[in-house]
Amino acid sequence: MATPQVTGDALASNMLAPPAANRSFARSRERALPFLLLVPSALFLVIFFAVPMVQALILSIHSPDGAWTLQYFERMVRDVNFTDAVRNTFLIILVAIPLQFLFAIVMGLLLQNKLRGSSLFLYFWAIPLAVSDLAAGLVWLAIFGDRGFVNSFLRTTGIAPIAFSWLSYENYGTLLMAVVIAEVWRATAIVMVIVVAGLQLIPPDYMEAAEVFGASRWQRIWHVQLPLIRPSLQVALILRTILAFQVFAVVIALAGRAMPVLASEAYNRYGELNPNGAAAYAFLILTISLITTIVYLIVLRTSEEEMGQ
Amino acid sequence: MGEIRIQNVWKYFGKAKVPALKDVTLTIQDREFMVLLGPSGCGKTTLLRCIAGLEYPERGRIFIGGRDVTDEPPRKRTIAMVFQSYAVFPHLTVFENIAFGLRMQKRPNEEVKQRVIKAADLMRIGAYLERYPAQLSGGQRQRVAVARGLVMEPQVLLMDEPLSNLDALLRLQARAELKRLLQEVQTTTVYVTHDQIEALSMGDRIAVMENGAIIQADIPSQVYEHPSSHFVGGFIGTPPMNFMRGTISRTNGTAALAVGNQFIHAALPANAPAGQELLMGIRAENIEASLQPVPDAIPGQVLVVEPLGSHLLLTVEVGETPLKVQTRVDFAVQPNQTVYLRLDPKQLRWFDPETGLRYEPEPSPL
Repeated sequence: MATPQVTGDALASNMLAPPAANRSFARSRERALPFLLLVPSALFLVIFFAVPMVQALILSIHSPDGAWTLQYFERMVRDVNFTDAVRNTFLIILVAIPLQFLFAIVMGLLLQNKLRGSSLFLYFWAIPLAVSDLAAGLVWLAIFGDRGFVNSFLRTTGIAPIAFSWLSYENYGTLLMAVVIAEVWRATAIVMVIVVAGLQLIPPDYMEAAEVFGASRWQRIWHVQLPLIRPSLQVALILRTILAFQVFAVVIALAGRAMPVLASEAYNRYGELNPNGAAAYAFLILTISLITTIVYLIVLRTSEEEMGQ
Repeated sequence: MGEIRIQNVWKYFGKAKVPALKDVTLTIQDREFMVLLGPSGCGKTTLLRCIAGLEYPERGRIFIGGRDVTDEPPRKRTIAMVFQSYAVFPHLTVFENIAFGLRMQKRPNEEVKQRVIKAADLMRIGAYLERYPAQLSGGQRQRVAVARGLVMEPQVLLMDEPLSNLDALLRLQARAELKRLLQEVQTTTVYVTHDQIEALSMGDRIAVMENGAIIQADIPSQVYEHPSSHFVGGFIGTPPMNFMRGTISRTNGTAALAVGNQFIHAALPANAPAGQELLMGIRAENIEASLQPVPDAIPGQVLVVEPLGSHLLLTVEVGETPLKVQTRVDFAVQPNQTVYLRLDPKQLRWFDPETGLRYEPEPSPL
């Protein structure tokens, strides 16, 4: 199908053309409009995401001497930090994301069910949204550092006179805990915003109908609100998981090199002037993210019948 | 049983304390079908929501089945409700929608199944139990909403404009069906509507509301024929009641209502003193039009002739007041023609022009 060309002549002839032709012109222009509106964002995505993605892929399988090779992936897998990086990344995701969702859902429900002073909490809880990753990491570094708030509190109150190294490599448990706490603090807000938006979309009639038909507050949450925000939760889960595979600044700020993760390994390869190795890591992160998204979409899919109304 | 008593209920909305219900008192008998009728914003839905427990009145008490439920949440009130939007849960099948209330009560599976199937068959949606609401038509969803209420075997069934989202043809059909159904199940029903035809055709009694107050609660024929106020007469009926404002004049022993420079000789309320201003009401079907002058008839000029199939509806100007007049379909009349109107003296209704309420003359001093 030819795209209609909007020239002065075309416009003029259209004004004179019989109504049928005029209508079909208007219709095809109407059909083209959505695509035109998509062009800017599509261009943005191609230039800043698709092109670098292809470049990274090429970089990861193409050595500087011009040969196609899998050596960067082999080296990545055999690297001393590789298993640690994979394990740490997955551990952070497995612990932090359920916590983020738990808190976000509870916070969203508290806000939506209008407990006293709840609108104030929305602003309070949304503050981390405005804080950058690195700044969030530094905030928690100030708390968990050797001379941080926790240790000075423990010292001045006399609970533990000797400073405890929360973030040391030897105390893996507390290091992981600190990273998870910082991640939860930082990223719960965005999940909460999505949950609140989802809850607000539920027509109040549903809640009232549930109330009339005997549902207690808990039953209303369980049988009406939670099922109806499933699509929102799905979006939030995909978003959060993909971003969590890229967890980086918080970990670097809190743990430095004590806790390698996938993104920090990519960063380190780059720092070692090994862009091919960095690209291999980047490509690994991309692949894992893609697979997880597909799994989520299959497992959590809500049928159209269930969503429609 | 399912008697509802509403005693002096007041409800205010917002910081400005705008009264939505003003001292509403109403008793709905067990098994009665009561219609709350009024224009939008009259408080009918608020009253229904107060009975449901979705709103709490600031003052007054509400009793259901003799029990004071004023401070009880909806789920303790043994009521069921059909919402205007139906509020059928999109994430549940038709079966689970109907079963919702029973599930909340944790009834055994076998009982739930039996009762749901019975209610679904009653509403003729038995074939759709496994479907989701999005796969149903508006009419079918409305039936699911009704079935969800009936399955609870409630003391009281509350309905908030359940037919208003259906298209005209379907509404007519659903109206008759709903009436048959509710006669069959004999549940006390409170039915909110702004559609006076629905109210007249379905209700055992109609409570007409205006500005947060019930201004007449009576059987449909009484509300139609003896409206308690100018407002009720003007709200109910298609076309609404005709009104003419005039002054009682008594000269030479004959009484008449002076409208402008015209004298209408009609059966005036006894004891109405001369000089009394009155609002006269009469329905279109109680005016007889003829082309020749007849005794006691008032002349008027035809403005509009509307053939409505079974009859004609004329708009006739008498003095400066347009009157709606119903005639036989073969009444040969053209616009601008003069016709003579005889008002059925037994069907004249009288209202106080200031308050709009029914005119009750002072007993004559003997």
